[in-house]
Amino acid sequence: MSDKPKFAMYWAGSCGGCEIAVLNIGEKILDVDANFEVAFWPVAMDAKYKDVEAMEDGAILLTLWNGSIRNQENEHVAHLLRRKSKILVSFGSCATEGCIPGLANLVPMSEIFDTAYHTISTDNPNGIHPQPVTKVPEGEITIPVFNPVLKTLAQVVDVDYYMPGCPPESHQIAAVIDLVIQVLQGKAQLPPKGAVIGAGGSTVCEECPRKRNVKTIKAFHRIQEVAPLDPELCLLEQGIPCNGPATRSGCDSRCPRVGAQCIGCYGPAEGVIDYGARLVTAFASVIDATEPEEIERILDGIPDPTGQFYRFNLADSLFHAGAPSFGNGRK
Amino acid sequence: MERVTIDPITRLEGHGKIDIFLDKNGDVANSYFQIPELRGFERFCVGRPVEEMPLLTNRICGVCPEAHHMAGAKAADAVYHVDPPRTAKMLRELLYMAFYATDHTTHFYALAGPDFIVGPDAPVAERNILGVIHKVGLEIGGKVIQMRKYGHHVVEMIGGRKVHPATAIPGGVTKILSEDERKEIEQMGRWAIDFALFSLQAFNDIVLANKTYLDLILGDVYYHQTYYMGLVDANNKVNFYDGKVRVVDPEGKEFCKYEPTDYVKHIAERVEPWTYLKFPYLKNVGWKGFVDGKDSGVYVASPLSRLNASDGMATPLAQEQYEKMYATLGGKPVHHRLVTHWARLIELLYAAEHWVELATDPEITSPNVHKKPTEVPTEGVGIVEAPRGTLTHHYWTDERGLITKVNLIVGTTNNYAPIQMSTNKAARALIKGGKVNEGLLNMVEMGFRIYDPCFGCATHSLPGQMPLEVTLRTEDGEVIDVIKQFVG
Repeated sequence: MSDKPKFAMYWAGSCGGCEIAVLNIGEKILDVDANFEVAFWPVAMDAKYKDVEAMEDGAILLTLWNGSIRNQENEHVAHLLRRKSKILVSFGSCATEGCIPGLANLVPMSEIFDTAYHTISTDNPNGIHPQPVTKVPEGEITIPVFNPVLKTLAQVVDVDYYMPGCPPESHQIAAVIDLVIQVLQGKAQLPPKGAVIGAGGSTVCEECPRKRNVKTIKAFHRIQEVAPLDPELCLLEQGIPCNGPATRSGCDSRCPRVGAQCIGCYGPAEGVIDYGARLVTAFASVIDATEPEEIERILDGIPDPTGQFYRFNLADSLFHAGAPSFGNGRK
Repeated sequence: MERVTIDPITRLEGHGKIDIFLDKNGDVANSYFQIPELRGFERFCVGRPVEEMPLLTNRICGVCPEAHHMAGAKAADAVYHVDPPRTAKMLRELLYMAFYATDHTTHFYALAGPDFIVGPDAPVAERNILGVIHKVGLEIGGKVIQMRKYGHHVVEMIGGRKVHPATAIPGGVTKILSEDERKEIEQMGRWAIDFALFSLQAFNDIVLANKTYLDLILGDVYYHQTYYMGLVDANNKVNFYDGKVRVVDPEGKEFCKYEPTDYVKHIAERVEPWTYLKFPYLKNVGWKGFVDGKDSGVYVASPLSRLNASDGMATPLAQEQYEKMYATLGGKPVHHRLVTHWARLIELLYAAEHWVELATDPEITSPNVHKKPTEVPTEGVGIVEAPRGTLTHHYWTDERGLITKVNLIVGTTNNYAPIQMSTNKAARALIKGGKVNEGLLNMVEMGFRIYDPCFGCATHSLPGQMPLEVTLRTEDGEVIDVIKQFVG
């Protein structure tokens, strides 16, 4: 056994992009290895749930959790790792605000199954759906129960820090690892509980190199209707519904740099309680109209308001039942 | 009935489990490879603007988001009946080649490589990427890291982000490539060609020259006769980005060749109650269960299947290697599934060569990267080859281009039946008379790794041992034996 502090990383309902983003920190991975004992990281090494269960409570210093709570297995492991971890970080958009898969909360669970197992290419005359327990000729086999509502990590357990991004950019991950190592060496202090780490304190617009002339717009456009866009002018001023004004900085405005609008993957900017409400305000402020009909016509240019305003954070929004957990206690 | 449970299989997107049932003699009666995950993209994408599909479906897989980005963009082009300018298609494909080279590299060195370079029977602690580096030297380890960095760098330059790129839209891309960027990309591509040739030489020296490995490759445990699928260009050469889907039968004869829009005439998916993932099969052959042969609709979509289903490679160096592979193995098709690793390296070389072809095309820096859609959006299919198999996106929209219906047949899903068959066969070969030996674990893993299942791709640059635990227990749950395999 090593006397180094224990590190864990776990994925739940997610796409694997958070893991790739961690691998993309390159040689910094060696710093993790030098300063921590990797106690549980299914993607990289062999330790099982029962090995974690056997640990004393609080035995793991730092756990990075990515992925939403999509099924009962995710939920069970969230409780387990909360008990065993001194510091639990909600890592990436799925864990922190539900991400794209959180849009599943717009529809009843039955519709998700009715769609997935009855597509045009699915041959399912008997209407079979996956079952938690199946009797097969040799015995019974099981799969985890799918929860009716996708939850964020903080809706299930107490979370210490939040790290936004879909996925978090690798330079931000490297910076967080540096910080933790400095804390271990007594050279730095941990931020207050509930803080957002690995991100900026401003908006994507503040990092964006595009020029803003504080102009107003007469219409929203869909990107394929107007491309190619002016390569240097603010996308919102060109009528593209860019989510930059409501979205937290930290990504270095990567998408606007290649001519694509910000879609909001870094979540709400500092101090924002409801992302969608903030974005509505931002869009309203650039609309050049006073007559209600004219305003309505301009807003009709946003064809999918739910997706536009809650694309990544529906599961953690006010719109979704319950109080937002992202940033609970955030300073 | 006794059962062996492998749970959890790690290095999966989500989690996986295999239940192996033993009969009264302790031989394998049956096994079930279960996928316990569903997210429901086909439902919650309804109502979203079609131009967002290349961004939303990225989030199906963070390991190969580039494949979903491209299939999504092509399906959205088709929905709008718009044909992007040549430069736009080339920029998409250039991004895609850089991604492919990276993805195939990391699979070979981190996942599959340990079994061959270090050895299937090597001590468990050495059978990982670090063991590979010890065996081949730090200099080569550095090259592998460099290849990954270059690939991700190109993806970021064109796509905006290393993971979940953002550039493709209906009718083209948002990014115009500068001459400085082009030069840098060309240089990295030339380096990638050398790296691919070096990797093929290493495979030749370390794997093919070793009789033990050759016997393993040509043995029976990983042998299945099935149909093979792959995207081909107008000359029936392997293509990752565009073309028709060609399927050959177990004798190598063309069974069908279809346009993306016709996929539903050829592919059907079966639902089983014990897993969340569906089992695709060839509709015109039919589902006969998890069995080999011409009468079984099971097909494979993998690097080997793409080579089997094609008449060759579209670039000269890759074509030489293609000819060498089939000459060495006695012709087409090759049914020995471990040869997939060799095929993957030939595809790596093709990706690198085509990367340079695209980066040196005089039109690659043209500002003509988008064609505005003018027709009413309706319905469209987009197909690309993901590294792990043919990827089909099918969208229907209303007249405003808002999604009304989605169908997706995702890379690894194609191979679900073959994976079930390969793990089952490996288990049957190893578990006899109730005895489970530690070698089982790695042999079962090798059954997975053939297909580079997307379950595992998140592991690409870390110690490459798939951690497994096998618990041998009686039906009432009494543990007889626990065998663990640890990562060093």
